[in-house]
Amino acid sequence: MNEETARHLASPAVPSFPGLRRRGFLAATGAASLGALALTGCGGPGSEDGTGKGDGRPRRGGRLRAAFAGGGASETLDPHLANLFADVARAKALFDKLADYGADLSAQPRLAEKWQANKALDRWQVTLRKATFHNGKPVTAQDVLYSYRRIADPKKGFRAKASLEPIDLDASRATGKRSLEFVLKRPTAEFPNILAAFGAYIVPEKATAFDEKPIGSGPFRFVSFAPGRSAVLRRYDDYWEGAPHLDEIEFVVANEESARVNALLGGQVEYAHELDPTTARAHEGKGQIEIVRLRNSAMQGFAMKTDRAPFDDKRVRQAFFLIADRKELVAGALSGAGEIGNDLFGKGYEYYADGLPQREQDLGRARALLKQAGAEKLKVTLDTSAVAAGFTEAASIFRDQAAKAGVTIDVRTGSKDTYWSDILDSGTLCCYRSGAMPIEAHLSQRLLTDSTTNATEWHHKDFDALYQQAQSTRDTKDRAAVYARMQRRLYTEGGFLIWGFADWILGTAREVRGVDRKAPANTLDWARFDKVWLA
Amino acid sequence: MRGLRSFVARRLLLGVAQTVAVVLLVFALTEALPGDAAVALAGDQPDPARIAALREAMHLDRPAYERLAEWAAGLLHGDFGTSVTSGRPVSQYLADGFGPTLLLAALTVALLVPAGFGLGVLAARHEGRLVDRLISSVTLAVHAVPEFALAVLLVAVFALHLGWLPATAVGYGTDLLAHPAALLLPVLVLLARPVCSLARLVRAGMVDALAAPYAVHARRYGVGGARVRYAHALPNALAPAVQQLARTIDWLLSGVIVVEALFVIPGLGTVLLNAVAERDVPVVQGLAVVFGVLTVVLNLGADLVTHRLAPRAGVAA
Repeated sequence: MNEETARHLASPAVPSFPGLRRRGFLAATGAASLGALALTGCGGPGSEDGTGKGDGRPRRGGRLRAAFAGGGASETLDPHLANLFADVARAKALFDKLADYGADLSAQPRLAEKWQANKALDRWQVTLRKATFHNGKPVTAQDVLYSYRRIADPKKGFRAKASLEPIDLDASRATGKRSLEFVLKRPTAEFPNILAAFGAYIVPEKATAFDEKPIGSGPFRFVSFAPGRSAVLRRYDDYWEGAPHLDEIEFVVANEESARVNALLGGQVEYAHELDPTTARAHEGKGQIEIVRLRNSAMQGFAMKTDRAPFDDKRVRQAFFLIADRKELVAGALSGAGEIGNDLFGKGYEYYADGLPQREQDLGRARALLKQAGAEKLKVTLDTSAVAAGFTEAASIFRDQAAKAGVTIDVRTGSKDTYWSDILDSGTLCCYRSGAMPIEAHLSQRLLTDSTTNATEWHHKDFDALYQQAQSTRDTKDRAAVYARMQRRLYTEGGFLIWGFADWILGTAREVRGVDRKAPANTLDWARFDKVWLA
Repeated sequence: MRGLRSFVARRLLLGVAQTVAVVLLVFALTEALPGDAAVALAGDQPDPARIAALREAMHLDRPAYERLAEWAAGLLHGDFGTSVTSGRPVSQYLADGFGPTLLLAALTVALLVPAGFGLGVLAARHEGRLVDRLISSVTLAVHAVPEFALAVLLVAVFALHLGWLPATAVGYGTDLLAHPAALLLPVLVLLARPVCSLARLVRAGMVDALAAPYAVHARRYGVGGARVRYAHALPNALAPAVQQLARTIDWLLSGVIVVEALFVIPGLGTVLLNAVAERDVPVVQGLAVVFGVLTVVLNLGADLVTHRLAPRAGVAA
């Protein structure tokens, strides 16, 4: 039953496709107005940017059934409680965010038509587009404020609360029916990332119950919901971006990977989320089902706690960087479904420092570094768990690699239900994984002194200062330079040994069209069923 | 008859005590698991402040004995409490999951009894001959295959290769009866192992009973073969088989967990797995009560039947 593995938000990254470079998107420099941006994967004729096949003209109608691993009988349709892929897929069908992530994890406008900052980057004017909720009422500034205040409620523990932290919600206000002013606690150049944050959905003012008849502004409206079993949604004809092609979408829950594959092969569903590499290999190119690989997906690595022995000595960390044979880890732990990493998060995302040389295994140099650090015959415990695909395999492969450099690694397998909180403060070395998020969010959530989930215990005042400097920098080029400096530092002596990026694998029936092939999980075009149709 | 009544009363009292013990044990074990519902819900974003807020929202910040006492007090009014994860009543979890699981178990038992007894008697009748050897070796072989492997094999052959049956019950929800084809493979998987153990037990009991002095005696008096088999020998052979049957029904639960997961049937097994992973103590507790009571009642029923079949075998209360 290690289906729980990726129930939490592992999510894929995206390869750097030149065709997906940002189109001079100046949001953060204050001149953002994209209006009706032609997003990738729109599925219309001629926009085959994201869809793999020459999909032709969309056909209207039909019902698509999509199988996800889910949360059982405790599932809810409250979008602010979204925690698993299945939750997010349903939430984005029913609700909208003000912005969402493009394939390179840059913020793209959604319900927000445009945003503009003051000079100091600590006040942002946001204008909403004309959109309506499923009950016909317009989406207003009050709905937005209500939604954000609900998420930030200190009594609730909603997931997106940490992302909204920079906003001073008491001081923020509606300046009109469709315009707001957000007051921030400090300059935040990447404010649009907050609008796109995971789980920051807009619900109607005063909405508290979501399981009976949730009302959103998303492309599909509610029909029925049986927790842990199925959710049926129908096309919302007045969707601001145009009605979906499908008449209906049904999300069904199947926690076993083999059950999802069998249901797809047996024609019981048309879309199966999250398949194993072995399954993908068995069916790729056989014509029975389509395999979609979202390349460069979940970041995979090891986290070294930099505040305690032996990793408080940067030479030991550097030695570990050189111990890893990344190709072997990708081949063994990911069954080859992925590519190697370079100890930096966010390959292919906006601001990724791709100019740094690719690290290779160098056992001699690793031994020398360990010797300098007085750490010959080093013994380390590596924490792992069946919480994510490839974790336990990666741990044993790395143990064997370390042995060649004279390091003894003792692999300790922990509970998968509590793994993430177990490894946050205790232990010295652990398997680590991350879903897609902007590089800025990775830095702020994990690598600042006051970060909430700082698994490498990376506390450096000068690094914090660089982050603040980036957030106070208006010009995108200058900001990219600051991010590059921060990443160089992490590459040289950071606590994350990032050895790979896993593919995210989906399967679809042959008649399904318009499935985006480049969007990492949790980004706008992933699990985006309003653009999908049945041929 | 008075003896029987006091026996039932004693057994029921014992059963209540057993159920209470099971519930307490399950509570202690769930509490002893690392982490709690707040940690499980926080998942890969275990920000300590967030976990503290969740803990407070779920009322997990109160001591364990207080939570247990409150839950037990509610149970006395027939209230199973509410899930800490979703805030929905536990009784709804039980009601939703009970249908599919009961359907699977009932169908399995309904087929298990004739199949198991029939095969056992058939083998015993032809003791030592080809039929007996065939039944004995096949039942031994099938019994050695784990449910998981058997299910995967059956799906691969009958659903994916031949296309005769649905591969899973995805999307049928609790309305399984409307899709009998989807039930065939799951029931077959559940049936496979218990049929084997039951058939072997019946065969052994029958062989012993047919060789017993009273059966030989009856035959010597010219009583017909069938009558000796079914009126004299079978009841004595049945006693151990009935007890085995009761145990099988308990055991079905673990088979049900595997089958539900593989065929996507949202029953109690699925509810249990998720509740344990989410550390949703009230739901786990509710399930423990249901399973405890079921086990006690089934075993008591089995003992009563055994008592009727073979009074002299003596039933320990």
